[in-house]
Amino acid sequence: MSKRIEVKDLNVYYSDFLAVEGVSITIEPRTVTAFIGPSGCGKSTFLRTLNRMHEVIPGAHVKGEVIIDGNDLYAPGVDPVMVRRQVGMVFQRANPFPTMSIRDNVLAGLKLNNKRLSKSEGDDMVEKGLRGANLWNEVKDRLNLPGGGLSGGQQQRLCIARAITVSPDVLLMDEPCSALDPISTLAIEDLIKELKEEYTVVIVTHNMQQASRVSDRTAFFNIAGTGKPGKLIEYDDTTTIFSNPTVKDTEDYVSGRFG
Amino acid sequence: MVILAGVALFLIVQGMPAIVANWQSNPELNDGFTSAFDSFWAYVGPLLFGTLWSAAIALVLGAPIGIGIALFISHYAPRRLAGLLGYVVDLLAAVPSVVFGLWGIIVIRPFLLPLSDWLNTYLGWIPIFGGQVTTTGSTILAGAVVLAVMILPIITSISREIFLQTPRLHEEAALALGATRWEMVRLAVFPYAKSGIVSATLLGLGRALGETMAIAMIISPAVIVSFLVVTEGQNSQTIAANIALNFPIASTLQRQALIGTGLLLFVVSLAVNMIARYIVTRGSSKTGSKKKRRPRPLVVPTGDATSTLTRDLVADKNTAAGPEGASA
Ligand SMILES: Nc1ncnc2c1ncn2[C@@H]1O[C@H](COP(=O)(O)OP(=O)(O)O)[C@@H](O)[C@H]1O
Ligand SMILES: [Mg+2]
Repeated sequence: MSKRIEVKDLNVYYSDFLAVEGVSITIEPRTVTAFIGPSGCGKSTFLRTLNRMHEVIPGAHVKGEVIIDGNDLYAPGVDPVMVRRQVGMVFQRANPFPTMSIRDNVLAGLKLNNKRLSKSEGDDMVEKGLRGANLWNEVKDRLNLPGGGLSGGQQQRLCIARAITVSPDVLLMDEPCSALDPISTLAIEDLIKELKEEYTVVIVTHNMQQASRVSDRTAFFNIAGTGKPGKLIEYDDTTTIFSNPTVKDTEDYVSGRFG
Repeated sequence: MVILAGVALFLIVQGMPAIVANWQSNPELNDGFTSAFDSFWAYVGPLLFGTLWSAAIALVLGAPIGIGIALFISHYAPRRLAGLLGYVVDLLAAVPSVVFGLWGIIVIRPFLLPLSDWLNTYLGWIPIFGGQVTTTGSTILAGAVVLAVMILPIITSISREIFLQTPRLHEEAALALGATRWEMVRLAVFPYAKSGIVSATLLGLGRALGETMAIAMIISPAVIVSFLVVTEGQNSQTIAANIALNFPIASTLQRQALIGTGLLLFVVSLAVNMIARYIVTRGSSKTGSKKKRRPRPLVVPTGDATSTLTRDLVADKNTAAGPEGASA
């Protein structure tokens, strides 16, 4: 089920260092939202606060609220493990479990969540996940081979299959195509457009064409200088951001006139 | 390598006369501690068994604890505690084995008495806990417990290194799926560290095989094949402890017999270490080829394994040549 995300005045810190300051943003269900901006402006940092993955880094913490479907992720007593089951993530580098079979990779999240799956239930979930990630036809004959043996693009789609198999409400993607060739990239972009039927998708990308191809809404982040916090500069429909932005910095960035 | 070959040559030259001697007719061998045995192999067999048996018990006790501590240090403990604990475990490696032996005699033996009684009374139907239960505590169990403590540092430090090298990528993959910390360890850390754990354990085994003092000082042994762990007098003697115990009272040929047993220990220990090394290299080349896109750290810091290997070899040499010192 797709869910709305509301972020209210969020600051993110690495120990004392304020990395992202004062972000407020509302992300609607069944949309693809792209985060763009120069390197180091805090896109990844902010993205990770949407499923509390930043907490994996010692010293990282937030001030502010992230509300998904009415529940504050940072309310006392909320278990980050449960948050991450609800908000899935795909990383810049494909990271399937290398020694685990393709099948087990797809089922890895499910096996954590619950109960034992019967063989046929498992088969169904594997097929559904892999079809959902447009990978089924390529790997259906070698489901028992290790996930580490696939090509980079296939590995990334395997990671997407793994993430959607636990039926999250939201799918976060941090530059999912930056390590891939153009053909794999297109395959994943197509996939992202399909994924928004069922999930709220947030994608960080360095590639402006990609943002304009796949996203409905675009958020531009920027940083005033090194050591300064990153901020959300402008957030609007993707077409508006790319054709008629309000802020000068946004215009400079999307038109490539940017340092 | 030269030293290795030299040691091997020394053991072979010195040991051979006793290995080929006729143990039934030779007057020297029919006297004293070798008198009960018909051949070198009849003599060394039970000793080899005792060596493997005590090392195996030590491993069963020590390896899970060592791996557990390593995991705690690498993935659970807060950074400061982890540092402290790692330091303490490494310090264990610096404790002389004589001190461990004394500790075993004075602390572990009495400490294990109630446990031995309990095991014998309630689990005595399991063969290894049967027999006449100990009153002094000089059991192979006590020896193995001390051995287990002695092999902790090797197992812990190597496992910890490997656990720490688990790619962040895979840890985050697990966590992002909603894995708890333990689930993350099972999904990402253990599969990555599998071959490293095996070789850490084997290196621990190598250390346990060659260890002399703990066994020599603690258990009351016999040159027999016995699985009993809570008795006295029915504990299988080990090669190393046997050499230390008997070398001072041995005649020339008997000394050569003892050196022969040392040769066997050397071979076994070397084999264990080589298997451990082999697994490490195979493990790293396998992961290396599979994930060639990423920079791949070696599974085990070679320095560590090498120094461990050297240490073990030196220990073996001491076992074989050292009792000269003991007799002095
Ligand atoms: N693990 C970390 N520890 C400390 N600072 C970090 C860490 N990760 C990122 N930062 C800092 O946070 C800021 C934002 O980084 P990041 O979110 O990675 O930017 P982006 O993804 O937009 O390139 C940078 O100044 C970076 O140096
Ligand atoms: Mg980034």
